[in-house]
Amino acid sequence: MPVPIDIAKVARLARLALTPDEMEAYGAQLGAILEHAASLQALDIQGVPPTAHPLPMLNALRPDEVEETLEREEVLAQAPDRDGPYFRVPPFMEDE
Amino acid sequence: MSGDPADLTIAEAAAALRSGALSAADLLAAVRRRAGATEAQLHAYLTLDVEGAERAAEAADAALSRGEDPGPLAGIPLAIKDNMCTRGIETTSGSRLLAGYRPPYDATVVGRLRAAGAVIVGKTNLDEFAMGSSTENSAYGPTRNPWDPDRVPGGSSGGSAAAVAVGSALGALGSDTGGSIRQPAALCGIVGLKPTYGLVSRYGLVAFASSLDQIGPFARTVEDAATLFEAICGHDPSDATSYRGVPPVVRPTLEAGPEGLRVGVIAELAGEGNEPAVLAAFGRTLEALEVAGAEVREVSLPSIPYALDAYYLIAPAECSANLARFDGVRYGRRLPGDTVEQMMAATRRDGFGPEVTRRILLGTYALSAGYYEAFYGRAQQVRTLVIEDFARAYGRVDVLVCPTSPTTAFAIGERTEDPLAMYLADVCTIPSNLVGGPGISLPVGRDGAGLPIGFQVLAPPLGEAVLLRAARAVEVLAGFAARPALATSEAR
Repeated sequence: MPVPIDIAKVARLARLALTPDEMEAYGAQLGAILEHAASLQALDIQGVPPTAHPLPMLNALRPDEVEETLEREEVLAQAPDRDGPYFRVPPFMEDE
Repeated sequence: MSGDPADLTIAEAAAALRSGALSAADLLAAVRRRAGATEAQLHAYLTLDVEGAERAAEAADAALSRGEDPGPLAGIPLAIKDNMCTRGIETTSGSRLLAGYRPPYDATVVGRLRAAGAVIVGKTNLDEFAMGSSTENSAYGPTRNPWDPDRVPGGSSGGSAAAVAVGSALGALGSDTGGSIRQPAALCGIVGLKPTYGLVSRYGLVAFASSLDQIGPFARTVEDAATLFEAICGHDPSDATSYRGVPPVVRPTLEAGPEGLRVGVIAELAGEGNEPAVLAAFGRTLEALEVAGAEVREVSLPSIPYALDAYYLIAPAECSANLARFDGVRYGRRLPGDTVEQMMAATRRDGFGPEVTRRILLGTYALSAGYYEAFYGRAQQVRTLVIEDFARAYGRVDVLVCPTSPTTAFAIGERTEDPLAMYLADVCTIPSNLVGGPGISLPVGRDGAGLPIGFQVLAPPLGEAVLLRAARAVEVLAGFAARPALATSEAR
């Protein structure tokens, strides 16, 4: 059984403005992939610790010293829109 | 000198540069001629850095003429997968979203190759954001296989593999999250090495799945792959996941041969599911290893059937988090919107291709409230089982082996309509990304259509020395010397 998915909600969470047709197509494909992944549900893995990272590593710390940074102009030159030394974006909230 | 310099190995070219038989400028010119003769058919490159390459070749020639030894990679023309940042040179990651992006810095690996005197020819094509197994998911059109241009070169590092196979570079870098170096190496008949997780810095690599991604080399010989590995490995403070110990020393044992080597054949991956020609070439190689003194035995890794499903939850989950940065604010293309959210949603819908969109959706779902434990959490537990299975096996054998890909190169378009079928073909390469150990693919034969067949060797984390020793032994025994039709002028 393909897994039913609220694809509109997932698309909103992922910030993807999909058309209704696209949502239907992706929803069906994801359902098939998740159906295959259901094999994992059958495994008895109670008590097995999860692995987030393949090698044992602790936090990487370094002395808090001033270092060279990227050139601001070179960075801002890549921005789709800017205002002087700032990145410029549309309003965060709609007008009330 | 006899022959076309574009067909030299890195070791041969380095020797010719030192003896004065060849200049770096002439070597670069030969590689460019090869690119000029093959790119219309192959499309291995997205960008050629003409001026930068010429400057680097001149610098190498100047150092050599002063009698200096500028290192084993000085003057060697190399290609870089286009998901690694190159300062001032377009870096698209195969995505429309990053069209025109010129990074303000070099990836650490690129900086290390430049410092070693390498000549960076250009940036190679890939599946968008390295998601795919065929290089058909590039927003800039597919790369084709130099052995048969109607077939895929594998992926996601298909451009790098095709360039090295055809001679438009002597070596290249790729990235491997679930097989993206080893599988295209197999399908293009060259050597591809995925080093141990953390051994090669990922600073400046466009991130896909951070607990799996690893940069590694393509070359035409195991020795050349070792040379490139030595140049790029080692700690980098700019990458918080970079391994802080001393990297493995691989050179002294490279020629130690197969005698006494304990080789485990992965039962779950070396039987049905593979094409007959792939199994035949694999079996012949095992026999040769045994005759030459290796101890070959079968090893069972019972969690393997679940590794693929775990991977296709973990990788999309991490991908959905990593690709959140492509929001139209700091770089790349932007589509208009009345609010920030509308701008981002429109930009991302327009900028990402279908495979990337699919994986972002899958990962977002697997991480969303109510499903996290059932999917992502469970996949992480299965990952632990896979790691434990491999650790047990490595208690009894030095290396594990299986085919790199269950099939040889498939036709362009053959699998694009069925994403699940494309995913299932990654079954042989995915486990070592989950485990974090190194893996290598090298060519050991060809099928009835003349397409190359890859043999995969895996070793425990930090086991590059035994991995490369085993691979070199297989290389000698297999004696694979064929070159793709496109690399020889008669076929062009």
